[in-house]
Amino acid sequence: MTTIESPHRVEDRISELYSMLDGHTLNGNSAALKNLRKKAIEAFAAQGLPTRKTEAWKYTPVEKKLSVDHTVYHENRPLPLSKEEAHAFLVPGIDAYLAVTVNGKYIAELSNIEGLPNGTVFTPIDQASGSLGDLLVSRLDTQSDSSKSPFVALNTAFLKDGLVLHVPAKVHVDKPIYVLHLFDTDAHTIVQPRMLCVAERESEVTLIEQYVSLNEASHFINVVSEWAVSQQATFKHYQIQDLNTASTAVFNQYAYQEQHSYFATHTSTLKGGLIRNNLEIVPDAEECESHLLGFLLGSGTMHVDNHTLVDHKKPNCFSNELYKNILDDQSTGVFNGKVFVHQDAQKINAYQSNKSITLTNKARMYSKPELEIYADDVRCSHGATTGQLDAEALFYLRSRGLSQKQARSILLKAFAHDVIDAIEFEPLRDYVDSRLLESL
Amino acid sequence: MLEIKDLHASIEDMQILKGLNLTVNPGEVHAIMGPNGSGKSTLASVLAGREDYEVTNGSISFMGEDLLEMEPDERALAGIFLAFQYPVELPGVSMSNFLKQAINAKREHLGQDPITAAEFMKLMKEKAELVHLNPDLKRRSVNEGFSGGEKKRNEIFQMALLEPQLAILDETDSGLDIDALRIVSDGVNQLRSADRGFVVITHYQRLLDYIVPDIVHVLLDGRIVRSGDKDLALQLEEKGYDWIKDDVLV
Ligand SMILES: Nc1ncnc2c1ncn2[C@@H]1O[C@H](COP(=O)(O)OP(=O)(O)OP(=O)(O)O)[C@@H](O)[C@H]1O
Ligand SMILES: [Mg+2]
Repeated sequence: MTTIESPHRVEDRISELYSMLDGHTLNGNSAALKNLRKKAIEAFAAQGLPTRKTEAWKYTPVEKKLSVDHTVYHENRPLPLSKEEAHAFLVPGIDAYLAVTVNGKYIAELSNIEGLPNGTVFTPIDQASGSLGDLLVSRLDTQSDSSKSPFVALNTAFLKDGLVLHVPAKVHVDKPIYVLHLFDTDAHTIVQPRMLCVAERESEVTLIEQYVSLNEASHFINVVSEWAVSQQATFKHYQIQDLNTASTAVFNQYAYQEQHSYFATHTSTLKGGLIRNNLEIVPDAEECESHLLGFLLGSGTMHVDNHTLVDHKKPNCFSNELYKNILDDQSTGVFNGKVFVHQDAQKINAYQSNKSITLTNKARMYSKPELEIYADDVRCSHGATTGQLDAEALFYLRSRGLSQKQARSILLKAFAHDVIDAIEFEPLRDYVDSRLLESL
Repeated sequence: MLEIKDLHASIEDMQILKGLNLTVNPGEVHAIMGPNGSGKSTLASVLAGREDYEVTNGSISFMGEDLLEMEPDERALAGIFLAFQYPVELPGVSMSNFLKQAINAKREHLGQDPITAAEFMKLMKEKAELVHLNPDLKRRSVNEGFSGGEKKRNEIFQMALLEPQLAILDETDSGLDIDALRIVSDGVNQLRSADRGFVVITHYQRLLDYIVPDIVHVLLDGRIVRSGDKDLALQLEEKGYDWIKDDVLV
């Protein structure tokens, strides 16, 4: 029997690209980094990409979005835009330390991080030097884990650019750090932003991130973020996802919390093609407080999957999760929120809520809360509802002279108000609000 | 101002209104009484433009215009106001935001500038006093957690703010205590004027002691089968509807 040689698998294509680039484009980093990459590509090859049969990806056919024609972004294209043009994408009115990346690479000319307080380091990974640099490199991929996620492995295998933020003990960063991530690629290009943030004990910092496509090419964005929140530190994170409709984006984000720390993350998904948010929070000490919030404005054929895990390992912690979705047109939302309470983690308060409104009968929502609780003295609740705009309420508003559009906007704002109001920065809150209004 | 001719309306293929005629002239107060399920709220809903109902025959003209061609908000802007039998709760929608938008929609329609914050405060205060609306309610979400009586007062409060040409009150008296009944009635009476019409739907004659109607109609099985002066309401109170049913059959 003769067999025709099967075409390359995507996984093989990726391994080929790794062999091609490692030792060339990816050169210039430390041996530690090189070693990390090597292990990661092995982990990637061993796991392979998720398929239709992978339970955690059941509703999100990511495998269709990667092909043997894909390449990993590695060339340095000339800057596609001026500083002024780049800054036009910023949410107006936010006073912040500003960093701009293009295709995952920090661009100093477009940024302004001047004046960061007392020893705070915010820099591309390959420029983190000395003992701090070694420390940061050693902490890469300790919260994320290449052996457990093919996307983390994929990102780590090509790790070169990317940012590290180190906030020393007791330092309160006075303004938010605002990172604008811009994407400008050819079709079928994998771009892999990476960020590691370490907030040392009793420090405080807010990070705002905004992901924007500059063109309509089908980039495949594979983000890995690691956030380490030390004892009594406060770390707040906001992100806006605003990508083109041909794009695919997988966000792999991990927070690790030490004692009495505060962590909050808030994602506003406003536009994109297929987006998967993998978010894992590990409160690994007592008295941690964690907040996970998400607002999704689905339109067109957007497909957005929020996949979260709060892994309560220690007692006396509080976590609160709130995801609200508005799904218009033929958009699809997926929510899979898992709260895991280990046997020793007594006196946990864990709340989870996922509410969705579908505006058309072609919009879809799949919601699956999962509580796994092995401790007996805990307070956990979860709720998931999906419905349509209340026709009675619409009629009531219109009977007072409000147009269909006004009435819808009032009701949708009322629906989303708690999750949008949770944004502490007024300009950012107003921006998300305005995008909601524009979409109607 | 309102002329309903041979109105037939159905919901889910069930014929509810079966040839209803009613004319309201400016300055008049019409009371509509009738047994449960006879179609009173259906009439109110059709007038306000609720889409669930299908008008299968007949016509409605309001101030010379074809009402059936208008969207619910266009009707409101043209001057129709429905005080709901069951006002809807709107969690997360603040009273002030809602009322301001409603007032401004009307002002825009009339070619006026949006109301200023100061004017709005003053107007809210004045009209809230008119119906003795608990000032706390103005700071809450629309009708959310309001008591039955508070919801009804809130309807009259909105009516007072929007100053409609034709107000339809669907059982605004149900769920009101005696004091509230008087207060709400006073609110309505103060709005009575030569160019404004009212359609008051009620089950109870006592409301009509406060809001004295010009004409009382009996709505039975989708039709107005009898009209008379306020004494008709007294007769109904005394004898119920059976004698009319019998009359109609004869
Ligand atoms: N959505 C609906 N689906 C089916 N039937 C309906 C619907 N809405 C109303 N009806 C029916 O229409 C008929 C008239 O209802 P309507 O509410 O107009 O009565 P009403 O005169 O206001 O009664 P009440 O005095 O109890 O308020 C009733 O038989 C009612 O069951
Ligand atoms: Mg009724």
